[in-house]
Amino acid sequence: MTTTAAPTAPPAASPPPAPRTWRERSLVQLTLVRMREFWREPEAVFWTFGFPLVLAGGLAIAFRNKPPEAVPIGVVTGVPGSEQARASLRGTPGLVVDALSPDSAERALRTGAIAVLVVPQGDRAVEYRYDRDRAEARTARLVAEEALQRGAGRTNPVATTERQLTEPGSRYIDFFIPGLLGMNLMGSSVWSIAFGVVNARSKKLLKRLTATPMSRAEYLLSFMLSRMVFLAFEVLAILGLGTLVLGVPLRGSLAVMGVIILLAAFAFSAIGLLVAARTRTVEAASGFANLVLFPMWIFSGVFFASTRFPELLRPFIAALPLTATNDSLRAVMLQGAGLGAVWPQLAVLAAWLVICFPLALMLFRWR
Amino acid sequence: MPPVASPPRALEVRGLVKRYGDVTAVNGLDLAVEPGECFGLLGPNGAGKTTTIEICEGLTEPDAGEVFVLGRRWDRDERALRERLGIALQETQLSDKLTVRETLELFRSFYAHPRTVDDVIALVSLAEKQGARINELSGGQKQRLDVACALVGDPELLFLDEPTTGLDPQSRRQLWDLVEQFKATGRTVLLTTHYMDEAERLADRVAIVDHGRVIALGTPQELIASLGAEYVVAFSLAHEGTVSLETLRAVDGVRAARVDAGTYEVQVTAIHHALPALLGTLERSGLALSQLSTHSPTLEDVFVSLTGRALRDG
Repeated sequence: MTTTAAPTAPPAASPPPAPRTWRERSLVQLTLVRMREFWREPEAVFWTFGFPLVLAGGLAIAFRNKPPEAVPIGVVTGVPGSEQARASLRGTPGLVVDALSPDSAERALRTGAIAVLVVPQGDRAVEYRYDRDRAEARTARLVAEEALQRGAGRTNPVATTERQLTEPGSRYIDFFIPGLLGMNLMGSSVWSIAFGVVNARSKKLLKRLTATPMSRAEYLLSFMLSRMVFLAFEVLAILGLGTLVLGVPLRGSLAVMGVIILLAAFAFSAIGLLVAARTRTVEAASGFANLVLFPMWIFSGVFFASTRFPELLRPFIAALPLTATNDSLRAVMLQGAGLGAVWPQLAVLAAWLVICFPLALMLFRWR
Repeated sequence: MPPVASPPRALEVRGLVKRYGDVTAVNGLDLAVEPGECFGLLGPNGAGKTTTIEICEGLTEPDAGEVFVLGRRWDRDERALRERLGIALQETQLSDKLTVRETLELFRSFYAHPRTVDDVIALVSLAEKQGARINELSGGQKQRLDVACALVGDPELLFLDEPTTGLDPQSRRQLWDLVEQFKATGRTVLLTTHYMDEAERLADRVAIVDHGRVIALGTPQELIASLGAEYVVAFSLAHEGTVSLETLRAVDGVRAARVDAGTYEVQVTAIHHALPALLGTLERSGLALSQLSTHSPTLEDVFVSLTGRALRDG
């Protein structure tokens, strides 16, 4: 036997792995570690669960629907026709009528204490003084005009009836809750993966793990699995608050909601993985993630409708994954849309997933 | 071919080269580690020890050269090799949020034939700390946990990169005991260190590495004996006095002499002849001693005589 031959041994038949319980399996262990790291970080728990609920509660209070407020108007006293005008206006819904001396009436109008000043000009004439730029003043003038004309004996040739709408589904909070759900899906998915991976890389833990026989696919999969567990809690917390406490409707099917939420979570996780693919420090990952997330907070219709942006930007906005998530969640929750109606949004999310995930794996550095 | 092949070497490295930009970290390095031995790579910081061991661990690609670990190659048998190796890196920070036991359960789950967590915890004397979070551990305890994570897969070959750097003396001794216990089971260790006492204590054979090459190889005793010196005499002179090294080397029984920051180090053979002769020479030159000590030569002296630099200077 010569010593120059490469001392390569034939592949030895390795004995079968020792039997193990489910808890001893590496995928279970990796997922458990992810979950422990999350639960043991109180800040992370707050930003994922507490903050969205506080935000939703605050906005629900700020934008609660109030009953229409009565508008104050003034009638000048001590002039002919004043008594009659006040009698006609008294009890008119939507108006609060103050009887004012000519001096105090002018002052009240200038300071905005009243929206319209009615100055009777004898039995058959009145003058309105108001600021045409104030919408409530224009409205109050029309209401006062109607009351005065009716009081003077006018009859209406057309009979009208009304039904007032204060139905859930058209309030600001109804618009906001699906957007909040989308924003939270995005933030927690991108962050948990980008932070977890980059933190492990910067501490050389990623390198240490690759020095073991650990399956790299299982390592990445463990992020997805722990994400799914926390996702269930996040969704239940936000939807529970929205539907049970704030009365936001959930008109579409839960199954369609589930499809959107899962697809969005996968797409955002893939974006998180892409952010983490080569980034070496947590600070750099933080900046990079914010760069990716920030435009979507602005453009994707979380706090206000994305239709407020110019026509030119619309195709770009529609292609953002958070726009697709928010639009489809709103359509299902508020309009009861089915899969058939939200497929364009699902296609956008699927496209982000199938582009970002392979790209992230291709660029990924374990060391 | 003979019907029974001899068992492959635990590690064999030939002509290893690794460059980072203009810097050549490893420059044509060869190593052969036999099964069951503890092999030490001794050298100053920046000598290429970590790059070398990480290439052997399959974590860094060499630019040139061949590596056989347990007779196998990284590009063909990575997964199978990882099952049989235990690796402790420099500077790994395990997750602070996990306990000792949880960390070991995680690492254990990666191996097909692991030891039990209780066994390994007992082995590294962390039983009392098994429920503690990692951020509550001392430096020595963290280091022992690192080694425990390397041992939980029941490896045949253990790689330790600077295992006791930055530890207090007691923690160092605990870690040495751990390595000696592993050696006692007949398995192989490759360790890097810049502490000559660590190499002398643990290593069966030592390769002294400098500038990415092996500059000396042998057992610690062989390397020290190669100096031909029985003792090292170190002295300083009072009143900033100086003596030429030629004068010292001319003294009977002196093998070598050098001076570093005012301290003269003279390697001598028969100290009972050489020391009086040395002192006589100084006295005749009118020089007074401010300090004098003698010690048996160490691997440090070997490194100094090979490179003219001290290990700790880097």
